[in-house]
Amino acid sequence: MANDNNFGKWNRRDLLKALGGIPLFGAVWYSGASLAGSAKREKQFLLETLNIKASPPPTSGPMSGKPLRLGIIGFGIRGEQLCRAMGFASTGWLKDMNEALEKNPKDTRLADFKAQENLNIKLAAICDVFDERAEDAIASFNNGDNKIKRFRTHTELINSGEVDAIVIATPDHWHAPMAIEALNAGIHVYVEKPMTHNISETYTLRDAVLKNPKAVFAVGHQHRQTQSFLTAQDVINKNILGHISLVQTNTNRNDDNGAWQYDIHEKASPKTIDWDLFLGNAPKEPFNLEHFFRWRKWWAYGSGLSGDLMTHDFDRINCILKMGIPNSVSASGGIYTHRDGRNVPDVMHVNMEFPDFSTGGSQKAGKEKGMTFVYSATLGNQFDRGTLLMGHDGSMELGNRITVYADPRSTKYAELIKEERIEAGVPIYQYDPAVSGTDAVTSATAKYFANKGLLWTYRDGKRVDSTFLHLREWLSCIRNGGTPSCSIKEGFEEAISAHMGGLAYKLGRRIDWDPAAQKIIALPGEDLDAVLLANK
Amino acid sequence: MNYPKLTNVQGYALVLLRILIGWHFLYEGVIKAYNPSWTSRGYLLSASIFKPFFAWLAGDSLISTIDTLNIVGLIAVGISLLIGIKVKWGCIGGMLLLLLYYMAHPPFPNLPQGPSEGSYWVVNKNLIEMAALFVIYQFPLTTVFGLENLFSKNRVNTTIN
Repeated sequence: MANDNNFGKWNRRDLLKALGGIPLFGAVWYSGASLAGSAKREKQFLLETLNIKASPPPTSGPMSGKPLRLGIIGFGIRGEQLCRAMGFASTGWLKDMNEALEKNPKDTRLADFKAQENLNIKLAAICDVFDERAEDAIASFNNGDNKIKRFRTHTELINSGEVDAIVIATPDHWHAPMAIEALNAGIHVYVEKPMTHNISETYTLRDAVLKNPKAVFAVGHQHRQTQSFLTAQDVINKNILGHISLVQTNTNRNDDNGAWQYDIHEKASPKTIDWDLFLGNAPKEPFNLEHFFRWRKWWAYGSGLSGDLMTHDFDRINCILKMGIPNSVSASGGIYTHRDGRNVPDVMHVNMEFPDFSTGGSQKAGKEKGMTFVYSATLGNQFDRGTLLMGHDGSMELGNRITVYADPRSTKYAELIKEERIEAGVPIYQYDPAVSGTDAVTSATAKYFANKGLLWTYRDGKRVDSTFLHLREWLSCIRNGGTPSCSIKEGFEEAISAHMGGLAYKLGRRIDWDPAAQKIIALPGEDLDAVLLANK
Repeated sequence: MNYPKLTNVQGYALVLLRILIGWHFLYEGVIKAYNPSWTSRGYLLSASIFKPFFAWLAGDSLISTIDTLNIVGLIAVGISLLIGIKVKWGCIGGMLLLLLYYMAHPPFPNLPQGPSEGSYWVVNKNLIEMAALFVIYQFPLTTVFGLENLFSKNRVNTTIN
């Protein structure tokens, strides 16, 4: 061949050799661009069809003004967490976190706490029947900026004139009596869940809230602050799922702490614990460390799975579906994984029936109505079964993320499924507050990374927890007006439903609700509260 | 440098390999370029043994540059290998990109594998593609098939028989 670059002397073979790659390049580019374009159009089409508005809950109002004076009643595990969420970390926790940070420089817990917004409050009062805990709070929170005082009883604390608001983190049997007393004294109340321990006090507490509209009342269901909550509501409002006939929720735990086997403090004794005050309205019982520290295991002070954990799931679904109190509840279960003398079940299933409830449908009118809410729990296995809302047209997995799948037999999506624009098993919608934007059809790879939480983006540079947001919402309502997202209506529905679950388990029969009379139906001569509280 | 003369089949076999790799790079680049929500962040953040380095690349200040460089790199290597221009540079660029992909998730025992459609131990497709580019690098194939034919000053030594 010639040793030159003269085009005139090139034959067709030479040109093919020189330029043959160019059509290949064009083909590859065109193919990639058109595939990416059509995938984008399909995704856009689905998002527009579904038209789900993805938005985090609005932030609550400013924390300015005079500092609020707060009292904490109960400085146990939860009480300490709540104080921390309000900006008051105990000395012990700070020491632990400093040590953890020395061991692992990547531990962000201390940094997250320090980055938390100042809620402009004074922790002015503490009440705990165990001296060690009360003294721990005083030692931790009595400093230049903050003066904290111990009160022996909640009544003294409430009437001291030194607090504007209280946070109740005691055993369940003290929730309502303290909340009622505080509300009647015009003090704002944040009470942990379950809102009440028995049926009658649920009504008394509701009356107290309604009689004292100036006192702001909130129940501690912090799940309401989950980023995905408004988006999930929009999925329901837009009837994306069709008629929802079944909701599945659950608790899966497999460790001692999860089974309420909390640590017993070495300095606990009849001298350091005001036992009679702990018992309150509970049946008289000789001093018992198990009962004091692990009170969730007995009906006399706690309410087991139905009160401690089902209430969270019930409220989470209630804030999305607003289905209210079920018409009837049945339950079963037993003490199967922790036979240690407890009398609350550790495996429990509660079925709540809502025969008249409808989320709207896509089929002919009148065909669909009614829903069952299933709560299933075990303290002997922690496999995550997920929360699932199952409708005729689709299913929604609900957590920090939301994933929506079309049902292969859906009426609404039948055409799209036939045209293969929707594939069974591939989510038609996914919302993850940790990644920017929303997705219609998500690749397996993107899902893999999202599930590992690697795509988390920080909101305003800070990662905030839901308990903080929930307390902030309550404090904002105190300062700026408004009603907390979980107040008395929601708390009443949560408490009654939980008590119906407890009763159904204990009585072994279906428990009915009379919506007209607003009463749980008892058999003649039956004292439902006595059944619920009985330590057996 | 003197290259051994290749037989027709040897030359075309190597060119075929070059075209296939170019095709692959180009397509990966184009798909990413046309998908505005694509980012390498997840891949980088889930890196195993050289996590600090890859996490640095995936940081807020660098990630968009890294994503753009990756797309540009993939397309440039793809064009180079497919149409046969500056193939040696294309091979080097391609090997560097593949080395980064390989090191982010090396299929070493006891390391998390990340998303993967097959089973690998030490050797995976990234490593094989890297080796293939190393082979291509050894031969001046642009004159067998490629745009550089147009500019070649000395075609005699490198043409196939």
